[in-house]
This record gives sequence, structure tokens and C-alpha cells, in this order.
Amino acid sequence: MIKDFVKGLWKENPVFVQVLGMCPTLAVTTKAVFGLSMGVATTFVVVSSSIVISLIRKLVPKQVRIPMFTVIIATFVTVADYMLKANFFEISKALGPYIPLIVVNCLILGRAEAFASKKGVVRSFLDALGMGLGFTAALIVLGSVRELLGAGEVFGYRVLWEGFTEWIVMILPAGAFITLGLLVGLFNVIDKKVMNKETKVT
Amino acid sequence: MLNKISNALFKNSVLSMISALVIVGMISGYALVYVYKYATPKIEENIEKETKKAISSIFPGTVTIEDDKDMFKAIDAKGEVLGYAFLAEGNGYQGTIKLIAGADKEMKKLSGFEVLESQETPGLGAEIGNKAFKEQFRGLPLGKNIEYVKNRKPTKDNQIEAITGATISSRAVVNILNKKIRK
Repeated sequence: MIKDFVKGLWKENPVFVQVLGMCPTLAVTTKAVFGLSMGVATTFVVVSSSIVISLIRKLVPKQVRIPMFTVIIATFVTVADYMLKANFFEISKALGPYIPLIVVNCLILGRAEAFASKKGVVRSFLDALGMGLGFTAALIVLGSVRELLGAGEVFGYRVLWEGFTEWIVMILPAGAFITLGLLVGLFNVIDKKVMNKETKVT
Repeated sequence: MLNKISNALFKNSVLSMISALVIVGMISGYALVYVYKYATPKIEENIEKETKKAISSIFPGTVTIEDDKDMFKAIDAKGEVLGYAFLAEGNGYQGTIKLIAGADKEMKKLSGFEVLESQETPGLGAEIGNKAFKEQFRGLPLGKNIEYVKNRKPTKDNQIEAITGATISSRAVVNILNKKIRK
């Protein structure tokens, strides 16, 4: 059970390992706070749709499961979109069309198809929560690096000294690709080191 | 138990597919009606609040704002009209830019503008929302077309200096305003 939750955080991290949901990952991470909000919205959608899909999994005719999952996911995305617009107007404006686009984030349909449609509710919930949090963490890291180098701030707080020349490229699309590439590389290096240690111990 | 019910209900596979889709569609439709009912007034309130905030920053001292068809009247504490504000929009570098522009009460001079919505590049195009850029528009004559110059100080009274590295976004603002002024 715990495994279902933990694997999304590191071993099967949606961004760094599975490389899923790249569109929001690259597009909205110009600032750490946008990464956080996108991550929270995605987590909400993946968790609630996984629960519902797991609950109805035995009633769903096999041939139409994908359209049904899509309708369920779209419903939760719309809920998230309206809630953000109603309560966090600024964030919703900044994220623009990327909130409705959570519908096509393959991370969510992937979890529905690969996990929630086959497993029980509790396990599906843990799996979705782990994946959502792993996604959120990755987006925050990406957003923080880009905000730090692109604006000298993290979460809006000045970190680097005044007079630091901002690397505008980091908040442009190119910066997203560069940062993501380096982070995936770094992730693999750390992962290998940890793995090596584990094998030595055992 | 659930299996038995579903088998009894959906013996025919085509029927079962259709009914399953219809049921899911209906449930999510109903759910969204309630979310919509809850959220819409709040969203409208947010948009209104933002428009009012923008008008107050174009006309400092605004106390009441009157909605007059497609324009807003900004009125100060003494009941005097400070100026009029108009909504305007047009294409930017990425997507639509929505602005609110203000004219003084004689309709002779521009009182400035505020960006309501834009998807310009952060750090470059998004600088059109920056105070230094916006202040250039305060007091421009409404009789002439606004022009922009690059990398030097404006020499005529109808010119503004475009943002370095964001000429397209600067030009977009100028074009949107010119189009609105002509109307």
C-alpha cells in the first residue's frame, strides 16, 4: 500500500522518470508559485478522478471506458477551473488556458487507465496522491530554478543580490527545456548513486 | 452484487455502452450546473473589482464609477467627473491583450491605460504593465495617432518609447489604443 503512494514521488516520478504532462510542466513554470498552483490543481483532478473511476470500474463497459474516463476527468478539470477563477483570480489569470488543458494531461488518463480502472479505491487514492505530489514537487523545483535565475527571486522573495543580471532566457520557453533537461540528468545521477549504495548494502 | 445489477441492466452491449455514457454525461452535467451557479457570481465580482481597481489607478481620487453603456465614468468625492474609461482589446505578441484606457473629461487627452489581461512573455512583453511604460501614455493628445520610437527618447508630444526587446508588445498597445481613439 505504502509503495503505491511512494513510487510517484521518486521511482516513477511523472515528470522526471515517466516524462508525462510536459505541456504544463514546460509552459507554466516561469515562477515557483505557478508551478505550485498547477501542481495542486492537477493533484486535485488526478485524485478525484481516480477515486470515481475506481468506484465505477466494474460498471464500465470496456469498449467505452476511455470516453467515460475523459468525461469524468473533464468534469473535475472544469470544477478546478471555476474554483480557481472564483477564489484565486490572480493565479487563474496567470495560468490562463493551462488549467482547462489539464484535461489532456496524459498523467491523469494514464493513472486512470493503468491503475484506477484495475485496483481498489484506497490503493487508487494513494497512487493518485503520490503521482500528484510527485508532479507538484517537480513543478516547484523547475519553477524555483527558473524564477531564481530568470528573476532573482523564489516564490516572489528576493534571493540573489541586487544588480544580478537576470537570465531572461530562463523564463522564455527555451529556459524551460534547458532546465528540464538538466534536472532530468541530475535526477538520474542521484538515482544511480542511491541505487549503487543500496546494492552495496544488500 | 454490482456485477449482477450491471449484467441485468446492460445485457445488450450496444445499449450498455450508450446508457453508460448517457449516465456519466448526465451526472457530470448536473454536477457542473451547481459548480457554475456557485462560481459565476464570484467570478463576475472578481472581474468587476479588477476593472474598478484599474479605473482608480488611471484616475487617482476616483470614488464612484458609473457604468455608462460601453464606457465608465470616473467620479471623485465632490461629484465631479474626472474622466471616462473604455475597454479595448487587440492582438498582442501572444494572444489577446485586454486594456482599459482612460480619457480626460474634455476628451482631449489620454489619461493612461491599464492591462486587464495579456499573455505576453514574462520579463519582456509583460513589461507593458510596468509603471514606467504606462506613465508615458498619460497626457498624450487624443487628436493625433500615437507613434512609438525605438531606443531613443520621444521628441514629439504624440510619441512614446517602445520597450527594448518587446517592440511587438509595445506596438500592440499603441495599435489597440489608436484603434479605440479613432472610434
